[in-house]
Amino acid sequence: MVGIVAFGAYVPRLRLNRQAAYDANKWFAPGLRGLAKGERSMANWDEDSITMAVEASRDCLTSHKAEDVRNIYFASTTHPFKDRQNAGVIGTALNVEQNLSATDIGGSLKAGTSALIAGLNASKGGAPSLVAAADKRLARVASSGELNYGDGAAALLCGTENVIAKLVGHHSVSMDFVDHFRGDESDFDYGWEERWIRDEGYSKIVPPAIKAALAACKLKGSDITQFIMPSLMPAVPKQMAKICGIAEGAVRDLLGANLGDTGAAHALVMLVDALEGAKAGDKIMVVAFGQGVDTLVFEVTAEKDKLPKRKGVSGWMARRKEEKNYMKFLAFNDMLPIEKGMRAEFDKKTALSVLWRKRDMIYGLVGGKCRVCGTVQFPRSQVCVNPNCHAIDSQDPYAMAGLECSVMSFTADSLVYSPDPPGYYGMITFPEGGRFMADFTDSDKDQVKVGAKMRMTFRIRDNDQMRGGFKRYFWKAAPV
Amino acid sequence: MARGIKDKVAILGMGCSKFGERWDSGAEELMLEAYKECLKDAGIDQNQLQAAWFSTAIDEVHVGKSGIPLSTTLRLPNIPVTHVENMCASGTEAFRGACYAVASGAADFALALGVEKLKDTGYGGLPGGRGGPLQALWNASGTAPGNFAQLATAYMTAHGVSGEDLKKAIGHVSWKSHQNGAKNPKAHLQKAVEMDTILNAPMIASPLGLFDCCGVSDGAAAAIVTTPEIAKALGKHDIVSVKALQLSVSNGSESGHNSWDGSYFHTTRIASKKAYEEAGIKNPRDEVSMFEVHDCFSVTELVTMEDLHISEPGKGWRDVLDGFYDADGKIPCQIDGGLKCFGHPIGASGLRMLYEMYLQIQGKAGPRQLKDPRIGMTHNLGGAPRENISSVAIVGRYE
Repeated sequence: MVGIVAFGAYVPRLRLNRQAAYDANKWFAPGLRGLAKGERSMANWDEDSITMAVEASRDCLTSHKAEDVRNIYFASTTHPFKDRQNAGVIGTALNVEQNLSATDIGGSLKAGTSALIAGLNASKGGAPSLVAAADKRLARVASSGELNYGDGAAALLCGTENVIAKLVGHHSVSMDFVDHFRGDESDFDYGWEERWIRDEGYSKIVPPAIKAALAACKLKGSDITQFIMPSLMPAVPKQMAKICGIAEGAVRDLLGANLGDTGAAHALVMLVDALEGAKAGDKIMVVAFGQGVDTLVFEVTAEKDKLPKRKGVSGWMARRKEEKNYMKFLAFNDMLPIEKGMRAEFDKKTALSVLWRKRDMIYGLVGGKCRVCGTVQFPRSQVCVNPNCHAIDSQDPYAMAGLECSVMSFTADSLVYSPDPPGYYGMITFPEGGRFMADFTDSDKDQVKVGAKMRMTFRIRDNDQMRGGFKRYFWKAAPV
Repeated sequence: MARGIKDKVAILGMGCSKFGERWDSGAEELMLEAYKECLKDAGIDQNQLQAAWFSTAIDEVHVGKSGIPLSTTLRLPNIPVTHVENMCASGTEAFRGACYAVASGAADFALALGVEKLKDTGYGGLPGGRGGPLQALWNASGTAPGNFAQLATAYMTAHGVSGEDLKKAIGHVSWKSHQNGAKNPKAHLQKAVEMDTILNAPMIASPLGLFDCCGVSDGAAAAIVTTPEIAKALGKHDIVSVKALQLSVSNGSESGHNSWDGSYFHTTRIASKKAYEEAGIKNPRDEVSMFEVHDCFSVTELVTMEDLHISEPGKGWRDVLDGFYDADGKIPCQIDGGLKCFGHPIGASGLRMLYEMYLQIQGKAGPRQLKDPRIGMTHNLGGAPRENISSVAIVGRYE
């Protein structure tokens, strides 16, 4: 029996107040007033779809060992790299490399569900597959997308042991219905009229697809207890459910009020949200629309209640900071030619040969533990750092990303270039041993104190725009 | 312990350029400005120089690498010129190299010259972006003030000092140096500053405000060293000799091992202890007449005075507030105005500090002259509290 064995999610801490965004642009686009309520998630400047997918994957793997994962599928329409395995970066950040197949899936808003189908099929023989989906879509200033989109990620572990939601069946149709597109010469979506999308798209393509899936699963619409279908038109999922005989009460909330639509990730974000509160016997249908339809049906098992707690959508949603500064939103998304000063000019060229040699250190935050004295240290080095030891070639790799740490000293630096000044950084120490001077992120003045508990998070360190946008990733400390 | 350097080397002459934003000068002009004074003071001919040590730290923004810039600028007689870089300790390193050459007998006359031209970068503060390709992938994106600000937070934590008390103490450190620098025509900043101005200045890296940071400036300083015997033979009196030269370099334990609490300079404690031994100083609080220490930031000076074993650990801030290090205090510190008023042209600073000690011991310090100083100690700290080079030099009357 193949199915979902664990789930996780990630939502950035910042939430853009939609009224604030609307207020900045209403002189130009007063028609957006209806969208000017609630908030949308907003990635920090150092987050992209890879970093969010890593966080969601870590949340998912709270209960499972990363090294058992045999396949990683990473779905997004905003993969940071066109040619470089994005899923492979996630694997390295999770310290999984050997016996791993990594695949990027994109090109459509149903990439998330397509990846989940691929992951479930790949796991039928028992090999665990991690399916991560994340999107950080840009939208033009004063567009509805700017208000409707959100940034976020979800991750699901597929397998055959201790399945919490077994796959009942799935069904797909593919047809080139172009409701919107993003060409490779643009950062932004271009969409057609909503009424046409609703009447000729959703209404004619989705119901037959759902009915075919129900038939394949030998189920009736009324059997479905949770119906998940992302759409920027909130009435559409309800209409589709009604046509297919699915109870209105089964239709899941779109999470639009406080999160926004997370693109290719959204079906899986909503699935994680549903799984958090699901009980044994629930039948969950997931529908994703995007040049066709993917439909998956799951049945929640008794194993679900045994799954150890994780943050999930609700946990990350609860970690929240309101952002009313629309200019900051633009700057973080590199949509404002802000004066960064000469200190931002330093060359960010990455020596790829160094990155390869040190990838476990840089992407995996793997330090060392001395076999002679037991001292944990970062980075791992050939000579033990303990002044009373100094043993040579004595260290075994020691993964530190999952360890809680605390602030020994810190500062808020107004001189250093930071896209979000002042730059917070400080010496962090790990209780098991080991310390290093780390950049902080998601930090505010009242949170960062000597002794404060911190958690390591995988983030963008630099973006080498001189060479087409090579993102340097490393780990930063964020307040717990 | 090895026999050490004590009284084996004498300073024959010194020179120091005017420090400041020297828009009129490149590194070459600054070098020559210090060198001309130095050579004249030494009273020898350039052709008598047998070796030279040349210090710069961020040469990629001015002269570039190697010993060639010094040799070419001064038209030295094709003697060996060694270019040294050891961060903020570079100037003292050049001096150490020249002294060792003389002490070994390899040279009768050796030159040490340090220079840094920082004001051609187009922005304030030190040039950033150094470090190798691996550091670029993981080192926190910090600045010097940010790194030293953490010394302040750790010091307060370790000793239970309140933010208010520390701010007052480090404010006094800067206030005192500005008082001194106002009397020094070669200083970059020659203005006394009110305490209120210091305490209310804009924050650079909390808790360090603008006046807690030393200036960034251009400058050069030079020394010609020989043996005391040769100096005497040349008719010199009031000879200033070298009593100790020590250097201690971090090996990663502070930055990588949890035994260090961030509140002190491990290396300075080691280097100063060895220097007192080398100089035969038993009780530095009574025997040292004056200090020029590395006040890149006010808190650096405060903590350094503890690590030089003058103030007790955790008590330095009280000594500072008691005026112990003021010009009229028990041991004046930064009598020339310090890095605070001179700024910190990195390769030159160590030699600039020695220049003041040299003037003071010879009674040539003008309006800043202290009464009968016999032993002067300089200190440089290169890098950050967690990983650094600490250099100390002790000079004094040759008797």
